Amino acid sequence: MTGTFDRHFFHWIGVVGVTVLCLWLQGDWKWLSEYPGDWVVPVSDWLNAIMDWIVKYSGWFFLGVSWVLEWPIDAVRVVLNALPWSVTTFVVCVVAYAASGWKLSLFAFLSMLYMVVIGYWFESMNTLSLVAISVPMAIVIGFSFGVWGFFSKRAERVIMPMLDLFQTVPTFAYLLPILMLFGFGTVVGLIASVMYSFPPMVRNTIVGLRGVSPEVIESGLMSGATQRQLFWQVRVPSSMRQILLGVNQATMASLSMVIIASIIGGTEDIGWEVLTQIRKAQFGESLLAGLVIALMAMVIDRITAGLATRSDNYETGEKTFIQRYRLWIIAAIGSIVFGLIAQIAAPLNDWPRAWEIDPSDAMNSSLTYLIVNFRPQIEAIKTFAFFFVMLPAKIGLQQAVSPFTWGFALTTTHKIIYAAAILGMVTFLSLRGSQKAGISVLISGIVIYFGLAGMPWPALVLIGAVAGLKIGGPMLAAGTAAGLMFIVMTGTWSEAILSIYLCGIAVVLSFVAGSAIGIWAAHNETVSRVVRPFNDTLQTMPLFVLLIPFVMIFKIGEFTALLAIIAYAIVPAIRYGEHGLRSLPDTVIEAATMIGATRSQMLWQVKIPLALPVMMLGLNQTIMYGIAMLVIAALVGTNGLEQIVYIGLSDGDFGVGIVAGIGMAIIAIIADRMTNAWSRKRQQELGLSPS
Amino acid sequence: MKTSTGDLNTVKLSCRNVWKVYGQQPDQFFNSAEGKVENAAALSSRILNNDHILANADVSFDVHVGEIFVIMGLSGSGKSTIVRCLSRLVEPTAGEILLDGEDLLKKTDAELIDIRRHKMGMVFQSFGLMPHLNVIDNIAFPLKIQGIAEADRYAQASRVIELVGLQGRENNYPRELSGGQQQRVGIARSLAVEPDVWFLDEPFSALDPLIRKQMQDEFLRIQSKLHKSIVFITHDFQEALRIADRMAIMRDGAIVQIGRPVDLILSPADDYIREFTQDVPWESILRAADIAKPTRKKTANLPVVNEDALVETLLSQLASSADGVAVKAADGSILGVASAQSLAAALASGVSSTAVDE
Ligand SMILES: Nc1ncnc2c1ncn2[C@@H]1O[C@H](COP(=O)(O)OP(=O)(O)OP(=O)(O)O)[C@@H](O)[C@H]1O
Ligand SMILES: [Mg+2]
Repeated sequence: MTGTFDRHFFHWIGVVGVTVLCLWLQGDWKWLSEYPGDWVVPVSDWLNAIMDWIVKYSGWFFLGVSWVLEWPIDAVRVVLNALPWSVTTFVVCVVAYAASGWKLSLFAFLSMLYMVVIGYWFESMNTLSLVAISVPMAIVIGFSFGVWGFFSKRAERVIMPMLDLFQTVPTFAYLLPILMLFGFGTVVGLIASVMYSFPPMVRNTIVGLRGVSPEVIESGLMSGATQRQLFWQVRVPSSMRQILLGVNQATMASLSMVIIASIIGGTEDIGWEVLTQIRKAQFGESLLAGLVIALMAMVIDRITAGLATRSDNYETGEKTFIQRYRLWIIAAIGSIVFGLIAQIAAPLNDWPRAWEIDPSDAMNSSLTYLIVNFRPQIEAIKTFAFFFVMLPAKIGLQQAVSPFTWGFALTTTHKIIYAAAILGMVTFLSLRGSQKAGISVLISGIVIYFGLAGMPWPALVLIGAVAGLKIGGPMLAAGTAAGLMFIVMTGTWSEAILSIYLCGIAVVLSFVAGSAIGIWAAHNETVSRVVRPFNDTLQTMPLFVLLIPFVMIFKIGEFTALLAIIAYAIVPAIRYGEHGLRSLPDTVIEAATMIGATRSQMLWQVKIPLALPVMMLGLNQTIMYGIAMLVIAALVGTNGLEQIVYIGLSDGDFGVGIVAGIGMAIIAIIADRMTNAWSRKRQQELGLSPS
Repeated sequence: MKTSTGDLNTVKLSCRNVWKVYGQQPDQFFNSAEGKVENAAALSSRILNNDHILANADVSFDVHVGEIFVIMGLSGSGKSTIVRCLSRLVEPTAGEILLDGEDLLKKTDAELIDIRRHKMGMVFQSFGLMPHLNVIDNIAFPLKIQGIAEADRYAQASRVIELVGLQGRENNYPRELSGGQQQRVGIARSLAVEPDVWFLDEPFSALDPLIRKQMQDEFLRIQSKLHKSIVFITHDFQEALRIADRMAIMRDGAIVQIGRPVDLILSPADDYIREFTQDVPWESILRAADIAKPTRKKTANLPVVNEDALVETLLSQLASSADGVAVKAADGSILGVASAQSLAAALASGVSSTAVDE
C-alpha cells in the first residue's frame, strides 16, 4: 500500500519539478511561455481547403437538399401564420389537457395569450414551425439509429462516440459547416436543430429497448410472436415510456437549437428578436421576448413530459368510438368553430395592434432607475470579483496584486510568506498522510501565484496527462496529452486557457454553492421544495434568455458571462448534491448514529464522503453545463475559444471556427472522462456499485 | 389429490442427454448434435477446465401426459436453463428434445412459432407481464399474436380469467395488482391458448408464504380440471412435495436423482439429496404402502388399512398392535404388514428399495 503511494507521490514531485523548471526557464526560452507562431500546424487552412473543395464539387447536392427542405418549412410556417391565433391556442390547450390535465391547459392558454398580447405571435409561430418540422425528423432519425444500435453491437460502437461528439461540440460550431454547405436560410436552423436533438432520442431508444425485462421478451416468444411482432408489439410498447422521454428531450434540444440558430439571422423568429434587442441593449424588449421563449419551452416541455409519464398511456379496452377519440373530436370541432367565429370577430383572428400591451418602456425606466441608484454597489461587486477572484486566477497573484488593485505592492516579504505558507501546508498534509491533498495544494499554490495564463504550456499539458494517468490510466493520459497538444499545435492555446479560466471559476463557484444548497435541501424539505421549481425552470430555459438579466445590470463583459454561466451550471450541482445525500443507504446512517456521531461528524465524515461519487457526477454535469453556457456567453464578450467560434461564425471562416470548436469539445471531453473516471474509481473503493 | 405415475404411460415430452454450455466456443466439446457421451463426468470437468460455464450436463428425463414433473435444485443448478431448453428459448448445445415423439430441435422457426402458439404455455418467476397492457389484453396477447379477432380473444380470455379468479380486474394494469394477482394473470395468459405442455419456472417464489400456499392450491385445482403435462420448477422442497408426481433434483447442471418424492426421502442417492429431504416431516409423506413388508404369515386377524393411508394417521394403531396392520392395495389384495418395526426401518433410510418399488 505505502509502496504504491510513494510511487504516486514521486511522480507528482517530478511534475512539480518540471513545472518549476519551465517557470524558471521561460524567461530565456520564449517557446515555453508562448507556442511559436512558426510551429503552428495550419489545420484551419486545411479544413478551409477541404470545405472549399466539397462546396465546389458537391455543393449542388447540399443546395438541393436545402431546396427540398425549404418546402415543408415554408408550408408549416404559412399554415401556422394563416391560422387564427384562437384556433392554434385552442388546439394547444386540448393537447396540453390530454397530456396532463386542465392545469397545464390553463398554463398553455395563458402563455399563448401572453405571446398574442405582447405582440410576438408572428415570431413565435415562426419558431414553432421550425420546431414542428425538426422534431419529427429527429424522432425518426433518432429512433432508427437507436434501433440499429440496439440490434448491432458494432453499430452501437460507431454511434455512441458520434453522439458524444454531437453533444459536446459547441452549439455555434455546429452551425458553421451547415451554413457553408446548405447556404443561408432557415434550413440551417432546421438541420442544426435535427443534428442537435436526435442524440437524446437515440440514447433513450437504446436504453428503453435494453431495459425490457428478459422475461417479458420470453413471454412474448412463448406466445409465439414472430420477430416483427416481438419488436413492434412487445419491445417497443413496453419501452414506450423511455422512448417518449427521448421525445421530450429531443423536443427541448430542438427548441434550444432553433433559438441559437437564429443568430444566423433572416428567420424573423423569436430568438432573432431577443438577440437584436440584447444587441441594442433594450432591457424591457429583450426580457419580454425572452419570456416568450421561456414560456414556449415550459409549455412544450410539460406537454411532452406529460405524454411520457401519463398513467393511462396505453388506453385500451371496451370503449366506443366517441369515447376513444373524444379529445380529437373536441379539437377538430373546436378548431372549426373558432375558425368560423374568427372570420366574424376579427380580434380572434388577428390581435389588433392597438390592443397590444407594451410594458417595455416602464421596465426600461425602472431598470435605469435601479442602475443609477445602485451604481456604487453594482460597481463594487464587479470590482471586487474582478480584482480578487478573476484577475488572480487569470494572471496570478504575481501580477494581480498591485497598489491599484489590492492596495499594496507585492514585496519580497509577501512572496516569502506566501511560499512558506504553501510549503508549510504541504508539509503538514503530507505528514498527516494525505499526500494527495498536499500535492493539490502545492500545484494550486503555484498556479494561483503565476496565474493560468502565466503557466508554461508544457507544464500544464504534463499536469493534465499525469492527472489522467492517476485517475483513469494510460489511455486517459494519452488522450489528454493528445487533445491538449492538438490545441497547442493549432495555435489556440492562449484562448483555450482563457476559456478554461472563465469556465473553471464558474464551475468551482457553482459546484461549491450548488452542493451547499443541495446538502441543505437534502436536510430540509422546505428548502427542497423551494429550490426544485427554480432548477426546473433554469434547466428548461433556452440559454439565451439567461443572459438577459445579467447583461442588463452588469453590462457586457467577462463578469456578466461568469454570472450567466453560474446561473446555469449551478443546477446540476444542486440536484446531484441533494440526490447524493438523500440516496445514501439507511443502514450506514443508522450505524453512524449508533456509534454516536454528532451532526457535523455525520455530515463531514459519513454523508459527504459516501455521497462524493454522486456529487462528482454532479460536478461532471456542472462542467458540461458550464461549457454549454460559455459558448453562448461569447455573445456578451468573452475572450476564449468560444469567441473564436463565434467570430468564425459571423465571418464565415469555417476552418478557424471549427478548430476552436474542436478545441472546446476536447476540453469538454477531457473534463468529462476525468470526472467520470474519478467517480467510478471512488465508487469502487467505497464498494458501491457504479450507477 | 395426486395421480400415480403408473397409469400414465404415454410420454409427452422427453429430453435426452441435453447439454448446455456457455462460453467462447461451446460446440468444441461435442462431435455430434446428440449429447450421448461415454463418460459425462469426464466431459463435464473438461468443459469446466476450459473456462466454459456448464449450465446443463447430460440431462435426461420424461414427462408423461397429465403428470406434474418437478425440477428442484439450488440456485444456479441449471433449472431455468433446462426448462428454457425444453421450450427452445435457449438452444441446447447438444442433445435431443422430443415433443410427442418429434424432435423439437429440428423444427424450423415457423414450426416452432406454431408449436408455441398452440402447444406450449409458460409461467415466469417475475411474471413477465406486458407493462403496457391491462389484464385482459395481457391474457389475450398470445391470441392477438395469432391474429384472432378481438371479440373471440376477449371471450376466451374471460374464460381463463374466471378459471384463475380474476373477475373484475380486467381493466387494471399489472402495476396496479398485487404479486399474487399478477401471477394469476401470468397463469391465465399461459393457459389462454389451451396448451398441452405447461412450463412453470418458480412461479410462486416471488410471493410470500401465505399467498404461495393459496396459489399452490389454486394450481392443483386448475390442474385437476385441465390435466396438462407440466414441468414445474421450484427450489422449495415443501412445494415440490405438495404438487409433484415425480421430481428431479439437479446439481451443477446435472440431474442427481429422479423419482417420486417419497423415493427421494426414503432412499436419497447421496448427501446432497439428503440435505434437501432431511427436514421433511416424514409422517406427512410416508404412506402405509411405503412401510409395508411382504409377509407369508396370516394377516386375517390384523386390522386392515388402505395402502395410501398416511402413516401419520396410523401411529396410534401401530402403537397398540404389536403385530402391525395389514396393508390393502386398491385391488383388494394384501400388500404386506406395516408395523412399528417396519416404520423404524423405513425411517432409518435403510429401507429396502423393494419395499418402495412394490
Ligand atoms: N446467458 C448465460 N450466459 C452465461 N451463463 C449463463 C447464462 N444463463 C445461465 N448461465 C449460467 O448457467 C447456470 C445455471 O443457470 P440457471 O439460471 O439455469 O440456474 P437456476 O437453477 O435457474 O438458478 P435460480 O434458482 O437462481 O433461478 C448458472 O451458473 C448461470 O450463471
Ligand atoms: Mg431460475
